[in-house]
Amino acid sequence: MNWAGLYTVLSGVNRHSTAIGRIWLSVIFIFRIMVLVVAAESVWGDEKSAFTCNTQQPGCNSVCYDHFFPISHIRLWALQLILVTTPALLVAMHVAYQQHQEKKLLVLTGHGDPKHMEEVKKHKMRISGSLWWTYVCSVVFRLLFEAVFMYIFYMLYPGYQMVRLVKCEAYPCPNTVDCFISRPTEKTIFTVFMLVTSSICIVLNMAELVYLVVRACARRGQHSSNPPSGKGSFYGHKLSSEYKQNEINQLLTEQDGSIKDMLRRNPGLQEKGDRCSAC
Amino acid sequence: MDWGSLQAVLGGVNKHSTSIGKIWLTVLFIFRIMILVVAAERVWGDEQQDFVCNTLQPGCRNVCYDHFFPISHIRLWALQLIFVSTPALLVAMHVAYTRHEKKRRFRNGEKIDIEELKNEKIHIRGPLWWTYTSSIFFRIVFEAVFMYVFYYMYDGYQMPRLVKCNAWPCPNTVDCFVSRPTEKTTFTIFMLAVSGICMMLNLAELCYLVIKICMKEPRKTT
Repeated sequence: MNWAGLYTVLSGVNRHSTAIGRIWLSVIFIFRIMVLVVAAESVWGDEKSAFTCNTQQPGCNSVCYDHFFPISHIRLWALQLILVTTPALLVAMHVAYQQHQEKKLLVLTGHGDPKHMEEVKKHKMRISGSLWWTYVCSVVFRLLFEAVFMYIFYMLYPGYQMVRLVKCEAYPCPNTVDCFISRPTEKTIFTVFMLVTSSICIVLNMAELVYLVVRACARRGQHSSNPPSGKGSFYGHKLSSEYKQNEINQLLTEQDGSIKDMLRRNPGLQEKGDRCSAC
Repeated sequence: MDWGSLQAVLGGVNKHSTSIGKIWLTVLFIFRIMILVVAAERVWGDEQQDFVCNTLQPGCRNVCYDHFFPISHIRLWALQLIFVSTPALLVAMHVAYTRHEKKRRFRNGEKIDIEELKNEKIHIRGPLWWTYTSSIFFRIVFEAVFMYVFYYMYDGYQMPRLVKCNAWPCPNTVDCFVSRPTEKTTFTIFMLAVSGICMMLNLAELCYLVIKICMKEPRKTT
């Protein structure tokens, strides 16, 4: 399991994201993960072996390095990228759950043939109802993780700049010794680059949040002025003509409440004009 | 055979797991195996090279390193992850055996759709329930055993900066310095936390399975 494996896992989620979500995912993979793997890792590759202190005292090098670099930039970025990309899996799990419910409903109503099952897998889920909340939570978590890591970076490495020389006096170094960091300018450039892309991702996440909220409010406004039509769901127009109210009631009493939720969410599954008495 | 192949093998088991089992597998692959491969291996990469002792005595460094690090964290984690993920193969074997039996019945003349047989999801009931529950139990036992082994071998979960060594051929007691102790402590605690989370998920799955079977029993008798 490496970055390529993570990419495979997350590209499935891409299908159910908004347009801004897809841009965000591309920025993450191309400008952050790829830059990390292809460039940053070689810059930081010799960070310890080329960290030189002006002393021959054994152990002083190790101790000073550990004192000034409690956790390397590369590892922090790797952790940040993993934690920032995983909330998308919440959405993937919710979508998988919804698809499972739809398949169950199709089987119950006698449409369990492979063609319909394939359609369930392929059609894009609309981000509404409980999926909207899951999606918004995942975006909020992403923002939170990005902000937390930027703060951690600032706390550990004040100013985001890599200095050329550090003065160290930890045991067993005799008095104060000068220690020199390898490639400080290159490291500063990459730190600033990763910081800028992190900020771009934060801006994209905030834009996505605003977009989702505005869209939900607009939809609610539309619904309150026009009552819901029977074309709400993907299967509404296919099944409503074949449903009889008593069959729906029978299914509802036999199965668990999740089917009731499904019908409540997709009013088109019932005959037009009828209200489900068991909902 | 590497982590990718293990992922391919276990991905098949995923289909017959409960939802908690699927979450557990995701946590295992993303927060444990991936972190191990992408980050932790680099941190421990130079552990012996940069293990420095305050002496010029040849052999002292090797002996001291071997004394304080009988088995490296990375290798212990790799073993832990392999042991913890393999009970799921018991379930895979059981499912394969069930399918084989159905195919045999098909060959003996009973009418079963072979394509449907390959794709159908097998419910966790009867002997499969026992196999599944045993696999979860073994996972929990292996996690706990490895957490204890870590604690016992390294006197807690913290990596010291300095160790004092007086094994032969070191003259008297020498100071030896461990490389990147803070980063190593951070990752040890991270892996411990995720291991704890995995254990909780396994316990939750065990409770869920037991409750599910208890709820089904009264329905059958009524």
